Amino acid sequence: MRLEKRAANSTAALVLAPVGAVAFTLLVSALLVLWAGAAVGQTYTLLFKGGFGSVFALSETLTRAIPLILTGLAVTVAFKARLFNIGAEGQLYVGALAAVAVGGLHGGTGFDLPPSLLFVSMMLASALAGALLLLGPALMKARLGVDEVVTTLLLNFIVLLFVSMMLDGAMKDPTAMGWPQSVALMGELELSKLIDQTRVHTGLLWACALAVGVWVLMQYTVLGFDIRAIGANARGAAFAGVPVTRTVVLVAMLSGALAGLAGAIEVAGRTSYVTLDMSPGYGYTGIVIAMLAGLHPLAVVAASIYVAGMLVGADSMSRAVGVPTYIADVIVAASLISVLVATLLTQYRVRWK
Amino acid sequence: MAEPVLSLSRITKRFGALVANDAISLQLHAGEVLALLGENGAGKSTLVSILFGHYVADEGSITAFGRPLPSGDPRAALAAGIGMVHQHFTLADNLSVLDNVMMGSEPLWQPFARKRKARERLDEVARQFGLEVDPDALIGNLSVGERQRVEILKALYRGARILILDEPTAVLTPQESEALFSVLTQMVAQGLSIIFISHKLGEVLRVSSRIAVLRAGKLVAEADAAGTSQEQLAQWMVGHAISAAQARPTRACGALVCELTNASTAGGRERLDRVSLKLNAGEILAIAGVSGNGQSALAELLSGTRQVTGGQVTLLGQALQNRPAQLVELGVARIPEDRHAVGVVGDLPVWENAVSERLRSPVFSRWSWILRRKAREHAARVIRTFDVRGGGQLTPARALSGGNMQKLILGRALLHPLGEALHPIPPRLIVAHQPTWGLDIGAVAYVQDQLIAARDAGAAVLLISDDLDEVLTMGDRVAVMHAGQLSPSKPATHWSREAIGLAMAGVAQEPPHSERAT
Repeated sequence: MRLEKRAANSTAALVLAPVGAVAFTLLVSALLVLWAGAAVGQTYTLLFKGGFGSVFALSETLTRAIPLILTGLAVTVAFKARLFNIGAEGQLYVGALAAVAVGGLHGGTGFDLPPSLLFVSMMLASALAGALLLLGPALMKARLGVDEVVTTLLLNFIVLLFVSMMLDGAMKDPTAMGWPQSVALMGELELSKLIDQTRVHTGLLWACALAVGVWVLMQYTVLGFDIRAIGANARGAAFAGVPVTRTVVLVAMLSGALAGLAGAIEVAGRTSYVTLDMSPGYGYTGIVIAMLAGLHPLAVVAASIYVAGMLVGADSMSRAVGVPTYIADVIVAASLISVLVATLLTQYRVRWK
Repeated sequence: MAEPVLSLSRITKRFGALVANDAISLQLHAGEVLALLGENGAGKSTLVSILFGHYVADEGSITAFGRPLPSGDPRAALAAGIGMVHQHFTLADNLSVLDNVMMGSEPLWQPFARKRKARERLDEVARQFGLEVDPDALIGNLSVGERQRVEILKALYRGARILILDEPTAVLTPQESEALFSVLTQMVAQGLSIIFISHKLGEVLRVSSRIAVLRAGKLVAEADAAGTSQEQLAQWMVGHAISAAQARPTRACGALVCELTNASTAGGRERLDRVSLKLNAGEILAIAGVSGNGQSALAELLSGTRQVTGGQVTLLGQALQNRPAQLVELGVARIPEDRHAVGVVGDLPVWENAVSERLRSPVFSRWSWILRRKAREHAARVIRTFDVRGGGQLTPARALSGGNMQKLILGRALLHPLGEALHPIPPRLIVAHQPTWGLDIGAVAYVQDQLIAARDAGAAVLLISDDLDEVLTMGDRVAVMHAGQLSPSKPATHWSREAIGLAMAGVAQEPPHSERAT
């Protein structure tokens, strides 16, 4: 078997590829559903109803999508420049900690500022915290050639231990009856709800605005050109005058800031305080979402809603039929693989000898 | 005539709409050198890739020594006695000659390599064909010519009776080419058959007994080398008569534009070692040399992508900056050696590549915001003025053919965005590294004409090339690089090919560190 580059990419193939990928995913997952002893049609119906079938379901899906959009954007920006940031999870947590540090209750860490100013400083602090966390790995990559995949990945565990230390120490909530959780955010700093009686909050607007912002940055600015050029061909970019090191450092700051904001927005919009399980791997899922979206900032929004819908839908489906919620992870993983394969097949043709 | 050793019958290969090989039938006889002549993109490489099993033909069949050759199987080709010497060598630098020759020909499950036996066989093959190489030398320490000999030995060691050589002289000095030709003569005298791929007319006539000419995927002519002229071959190759490049008179030249004084750079083999040169407005200084002798360091130094570690470099009276964008602003037009890997960012569209060097200037951006309308207008001018075909502004640059990609790079470098059609702003200095490498004859002439036009408009041109003919016809002055050092320059007419060949091989006739101003 061999792969041959296609001479021209047909439009039909580009449209059919994602459709084929989804169909293939559902087919593969159906086998697992059958194995679990449930009816395929019913399971899928419940899955999609649970994710998108009602206002409540949709609101839950969108709530879940908010941090995913932000970590997905963080990964997209970094990967575009071939900076493989696997540390969005850690950056999310330091962002969340920074938010509480600036806007927390009980005076201990809160600043005496008007709420609007405090809100802005809270967001800036969390963006800065995420940015600084990625700055180290980026500089080590640029100056010493240290592999950023390793450093950013391992930093996640350091950050989690640090969060644990803070939740049992300086930022511990004295009223939490011994639970490891941080002090809560001041009420004025919390994001308002988009729809009454649901959990979906205005963080969604922030996330979508940032997606548009990242897209504009990528498409219309010199920095965006630099990022795309470095990602596509670093030598060619350097020859054309792109300041490679400076751009990679800027990309790291931007990516870390987006992931840090994900933490702040989660705290301000949903949890009110930091816990060790506030993110069920949003940073890592961000990688999946960025790849599903083909590193396109606007597609990140759609991919996040799709993945969130699967996760939320699987929760409600598993209560009705006996299929474990892990089916959602399988669907997301199978989607990613089939989208990657489908993209490959739009560019190459398989030859059987 | 005896049975052919190799016979291709109606080989057809399509890539999408492109027909790379169109029903090509060819026969190779024992003891002959068949030259496969054609421009880049004519289908030579595709044809031998099919022959060697790298590609599978859509139609047609191959017979080797009377038996059909299974398609798509390099092992079968090897077993049938077909050996290939690629243009880019497939040797491991950190292993010895013997290890490289043995690699891949020993069974996997054998606990110890049978080195003694292999050494004997290698000696025998080397003696038989006059290919002397020290079997224990590390590949990394060998010259390009010696590495090529190892590649040939490797094929012969495996019992090749048919040897395919892909552009073998592209990397050799004239003397090394001659040595190769005499080896080939010995090989055919002993009954081997050779397919010699080239686009250089002179050497094809010099070395081959029969010539097959490919053009646009079709076999357009087959002729005995005896009784065929270069003009005839050229006409077959391009499909119409062409005029040879004119030798140009030496001209009076203008002010000093760029000066290197004992300039050195870091880097192992590929570095500058106390190079001095002066470059004046309105002249072409052509640098000859076997590639890998510091030419890249020189080109990169003047392109702003490599730093000087010793000595001085001045550009227009000031110390050289090593920031590409600043050099471009100063009027340096840069044409890099590797147009795919360095010249363009292939995944980005043509228009972005057309303005990428000047994107930071206020002409094309304000506060990091790209002035897209102006950029697209300029890209359109580049495409129109330099006749870039094969795609629009939005086509990824990677999809352009080599010639069109080079035109895009030329246009980007030479066309100043503030110049008008009637009042162009010519560049002050052009650094062109292998600007015609791998281009077809038409594109070569175009690129050379553009460089000459820029020189006539007052630009100083530094032309670095492997191609001796190009160096001698284009250069007002010529100097030779070897091992990071630059020979003194002389007017092109004062160099003989022999003298250049000796200088390329490092046999200095004059002290290397001094540059006499002309």
